[in-house]
Amino acid sequence: MSALLAADQLTMRFGGLTAVKEFSCAIESGELFGLIGPNGAGKTTVFNLLTGVYRPSSGTVTFAQSDITGQPPPSIAARGMSRTFQNIRLFDELSALENVMAGAHLRGNINLFDALLRTGRHAREEKRQRDWAYKLLAFMGLEERAGLAAKHLPYGDRRKLEIARALATEPKLICLDEPAAGMNPSEKQGLAQLIRRIRDQLHVTVLLIEHDMQLVMGLCERIVVLDHGETIACGKPRDIQSDARVIEAYLGVADG
Amino acid sequence: MDFTQLLQNMTNGVAKGSCYALVAVGYTMVYGVLQLINFAHSDVYMLGAYFAYWPAKWMGYLPDEKGGRAQDVPLALVGLFVVGSMAACAAVGALIERAAYRPLRHSGRLAPLITAIGVSLLLEYGGQMVFGTEPRLFPTFVEAQSYDVAGVKFANTSIIIVVTAAVLMGALTLFVNHTRQGRALRAVSHSFNNARLMGINVNATITMTFMLGSSLAAVGGILVAMDQPTITPLMGLRMGLKAFVAAVLGGIGSIPGAALGGLLLGVSESVVAYWSTTYSEAVAFLILIGVLLVRPAGILGSSAREKV
Amino acid sequence: MARNLLVMLGLLAGCYGFNFVMAEFIEVVYVDYINLCGLAIILAVGLNVINGLAGQFSLGHAGFMSVGAFAGAYASIMLTYGVIESGPLSFVSMGSFLLCLALSGLSAAAVGALVGAPTLRLKGDYLAIATLGFAEITRIVLTAQDAIGGPTGLKRIPKMPLLPGSEKWDGGTSTFWIYAFVCLVILLSVNLQRSTFGRALICVRENELAAETMGVRASRMKIMAFVYGAFFAGIAGCLYAHYQHSVRPDDFTTVRSIEVVVMLVLGGLGSLTGAVVGAVIVTLLPQFLRPLEESLGLSGLSMVVYAALLLLMMLFRPQGIFGQRELSLKLLRRLVPGGGKESRP
Ligand SMILES: Nc1ncnc2c1ncn2[C@@H]1O[C@H](COP(=O)(O)OP(=O)(O)OP(=O)(O)O)[C@@H](O)[C@H]1O
Ligand SMILES: [Mg+2]
Repeated sequence: MSALLAADQLTMRFGGLTAVKEFSCAIESGELFGLIGPNGAGKTTVFNLLTGVYRPSSGTVTFAQSDITGQPPPSIAARGMSRTFQNIRLFDELSALENVMAGAHLRGNINLFDALLRTGRHAREEKRQRDWAYKLLAFMGLEERAGLAAKHLPYGDRRKLEIARALATEPKLICLDEPAAGMNPSEKQGLAQLIRRIRDQLHVTVLLIEHDMQLVMGLCERIVVLDHGETIACGKPRDIQSDARVIEAYLGVADG
Repeated sequence: MDFTQLLQNMTNGVAKGSCYALVAVGYTMVYGVLQLINFAHSDVYMLGAYFAYWPAKWMGYLPDEKGGRAQDVPLALVGLFVVGSMAACAAVGALIERAAYRPLRHSGRLAPLITAIGVSLLLEYGGQMVFGTEPRLFPTFVEAQSYDVAGVKFANTSIIIVVTAAVLMGALTLFVNHTRQGRALRAVSHSFNNARLMGINVNATITMTFMLGSSLAAVGGILVAMDQPTITPLMGLRMGLKAFVAAVLGGIGSIPGAALGGLLLGVSESVVAYWSTTYSEAVAFLILIGVLLVRPAGILGSSAREKV
Repeated sequence: MARNLLVMLGLLAGCYGFNFVMAEFIEVVYVDYINLCGLAIILAVGLNVINGLAGQFSLGHAGFMSVGAFAGAYASIMLTYGVIESGPLSFVSMGSFLLCLALSGLSAAAVGALVGAPTLRLKGDYLAIATLGFAEITRIVLTAQDAIGGPTGLKRIPKMPLLPGSEKWDGGTSTFWIYAFVCLVILLSVNLQRSTFGRALICVRENELAAETMGVRASRMKIMAFVYGAFFAGIAGCLYAHYQHSVRPDDFTTVRSIEVVVMLVLGGLGSLTGAVVGAVIVTLLPQFLRPLEESLGLSGLSMVVYAALLLLMMLFRPQGIFGQRELSLKLLRRLVPGGGKESRP
C-alpha cells in the first residue's frame, strides 16, 4: 500500500530566503509522525505547503493517491487533510460549539435555499453538526465550555478547541502545529494522551510539530528533523536522539 | 483626430494632476501612519480655499455688489494669505487628529473610519452654515494670461500650479528623507511600537503628519480656487475621491507615489475628456480598480505578505 | 419551510392592514417618513449580510440600488405605457410590477456577482474603495445612457399596483409593497443568520484563512453575500423609483452608499436589529431636524447635528447601539425581571 501523504522535493522560497528545501517524506495511514527542528527551521512552512496555504516553488504533494499540489485549502480539506495553527486562529466571536460546528460544515450538503427557507434538510443538517460537535467537544474534554465564546476560553482550551474544530471536518490526516505550546507539564501529558486517542479511537493519522522533545519522542513513531529548511534526519525517535547532526542543530557546534 | 487639442488636454491634465498630487500626499501620509482613510482631508482642502478667500474679502479685493471689477491682490499679500491659510489648515488638521482620531486609536479600524466620515460631514455642512451654500467668486491672485506655443495654450495659472506643486512635493521629500522629524515619521509609519521603543514621540509625529498634509491641501485648495475661480463648501467631495484614488494608484504610504498617481490620473482624465467629458469622470475609478486587481499595493507601494 | 410560508402570509396580511391605517388615518408627511424608513431598512438589512456577517466592507450599495432602480423603472414604464414620454401617471399592473421587481433584483444581483468576483482578493479599505469605485462607474455609465434619460433620468414611473379593496385609499399602496419586502428581507436574513450558511459567513469574517482550511470556500461565500445584498438593494431601488415616480443617476452617489454604512455602524455592525434601528434613526433624524433648520434659516444645520451625533456615538460607543447582539425574545425575557431562566447547554 502506498503512503497516505507523500511530499516530494518540496521547496519554498520567499524572495531570497529558502524556507524549505527539497523536503520529502511519506506518511503511512495510521501513523503518528513528528516534524521537529529549531526555531525558523521551516516546519510551519511545510504545513502551509501541505495544506494549500502556500503554493510550493517546486515539488509535489500527493495525498490519498492524488496530486494536490497547488490546490486551494478548501479542496484539500475536502479531501481529508485538516490542521491547527501555531498562532491560534479560532472564530473568536463564535461559541466553542459553533467553532466546531463550522468545521462540520464541510461535510454537510445543503444549499442557500435550504438555509433561507429553513427546510427540513437544513434542520437535519444543523442537528447532525450539533451532535457531531458535542461529541468532539466531549472527546477533547471541553463539553463544559460549549456555550462560551472562543475568545473567552483559557489558552490551553483554545488549543484543544482548534483540534476539535479540525477533527470536525472528518479528516484522514490532521496536522497539529505546536499543540502543546504554552501548556504546563500535566496539561502536556493530558494532551499527549488525547493525541494518541485521536489516532487510536478516531483512526486519524497525525502529523505533529512540537518543540517539547519528551512529548515528541514519547508519542511519535517516526520523526523528520528540519534545520534551515533542510531535512537533516528522518527515522525512529531512538535514532534521532543519537543523530550527530540533530544534536549539532539543536546545541550548536561542539567546540574541540 | 486633433492632436493640438489632445496635447492641450494633456497639458491641462498635468496641472489638474498636480493639484491631485498635493491633496493625495495628505491621504497617503496619514494612511501610512494610521491606516486610516482620512475622509476629512478633502474638507481641509476646501477650508484652505476659504481661509485665503476671507482676508481678501475683508480687505476689499472682491467685486462689490455693484458689480465693480475685482482688484488684483498684490503679490506680497498673496504670499501672506497663502501662508496664513496653510497655518490655519495645519491647526485644523492637528485639531481633528487630537479631538476625533486619537481617542479611537485603539478601537479597531471601523470606528475611526466612520468618525472620519463624521468629521467630513461636519466640515462640509458646517461650512454651508458659516459660508452659505452658494458658490463664491475667488479673488484674483494673479492676472490671467496665457502663452501660445505651437497652438497649445499654456495658462499662467497652470504653470504656477505645476511649479508650486513640484516645489512643495520636492521640499516634502527632502524633509521626510533628510531630517530628524522626517526619519521619525518614517519610523512611525513602519511600526508604532518599535518607534516608541526607539524613543520617538509617536503622538507628536502623528500630529506633525496631519499638519504637513493639511498645509499642502490648503495650497491645493487655493490653486484650484485660482483656476476655477469659484469655491463652495462642498468642493472637497469630488477632489477627495480623486485624490484618494491617486494615492492608492501610486501606492498608499508613498510620497513619490502620490505625485505619480496624481499626475497619471490628471492626464488620463484629460485625455479621455477629449472624447467624452462624462466618461472622463469614470476614468479615475476604472484605473483604480484595474490597479487594485493587478497590483493591490499600487505602482510604487510595497506589499507585505501575512505570515501564517 | 411551511411555517415560514405561514409567517410570511401573516406578515403580508399585516402589511395590508398597516397600509390601510396609513392611507386612511395618518397624515401624508408621516406616511412618507414611514415609507422612507422601510426603504432604508431593506437596504441596511441587505448590506448587513455583506458588511456585518461576511465582514466585507462594501461602500457601493448605492450602485446596486441604482441598477435595480433603473432596470425596474424602465421595464415598468415600457410595460405600462409602451413609450418614454411625459403624461399623467397610471398604475402598473400587478403582474408587470412583480416582473419588474424580479428583474431589478436579478440585475442588481448579477452586478453584485460581477463586482464581488474580481474584488474578492481585496481586503478592508481596499475593498471599500474598489466597491465605491464600482458604484461611481455605474452612476457615470447610467448618466451617459440617453435611452434612460441621461442625467435627468426617468420620469413618469407608474404608481405601485392596486390591491383588492384599495381603490379608495388616497395614500396609495406603497406602504404595503415596501413593508412586504421589509418583512421578506428580515425573515430571510434571520433565517440566513441562524443557518449553517450564516455561520460559515461569520467564519469568513472572523478568520478567512482558518475558514478556508476548514473547507469553507471563502470566495464563494463572499460572492453569495454580495449577491444577496445586491438583490435586495435592487428591489429597494425598484420600490424607490416607483415610490418617487422619478429617478436620476445622481440619486445614487457615494453619499448614499456611506449613509447605508452609517446605518449599520450606528446600530451595531453585524446585528440585524441594529441595522433596522440604525436605518430608522438615520432616515428620521434629518427629517425632524429640517423644520428646525428652516425656522433658523441655517441650511446645513440638520446635517451638522447628524454628523455631531455620529461623532459622539463613535467616541462613546464605537460598537454601535446593539453591538453584535440581537433583540430576540430571549433577550426580552432576560430584561423582564424574573422572566425566563437561562438554560445552560
Ligand atoms: N510568509 C513569509 N514570508 C517571508 N518569510 C517567511 C514567511 N513565512 C515564513 N518565513 C520565513 O521562513 C522561515 C521558516 O519559518 P517557519 O515559520 O516555517 O519556521 P518554524 O520552523 O515553524 O519556526 P518556529 O519553531 O519558530 O515556529 C523563517 O525564516 C521565516 O521568517
Ligand atoms: Mg512554526
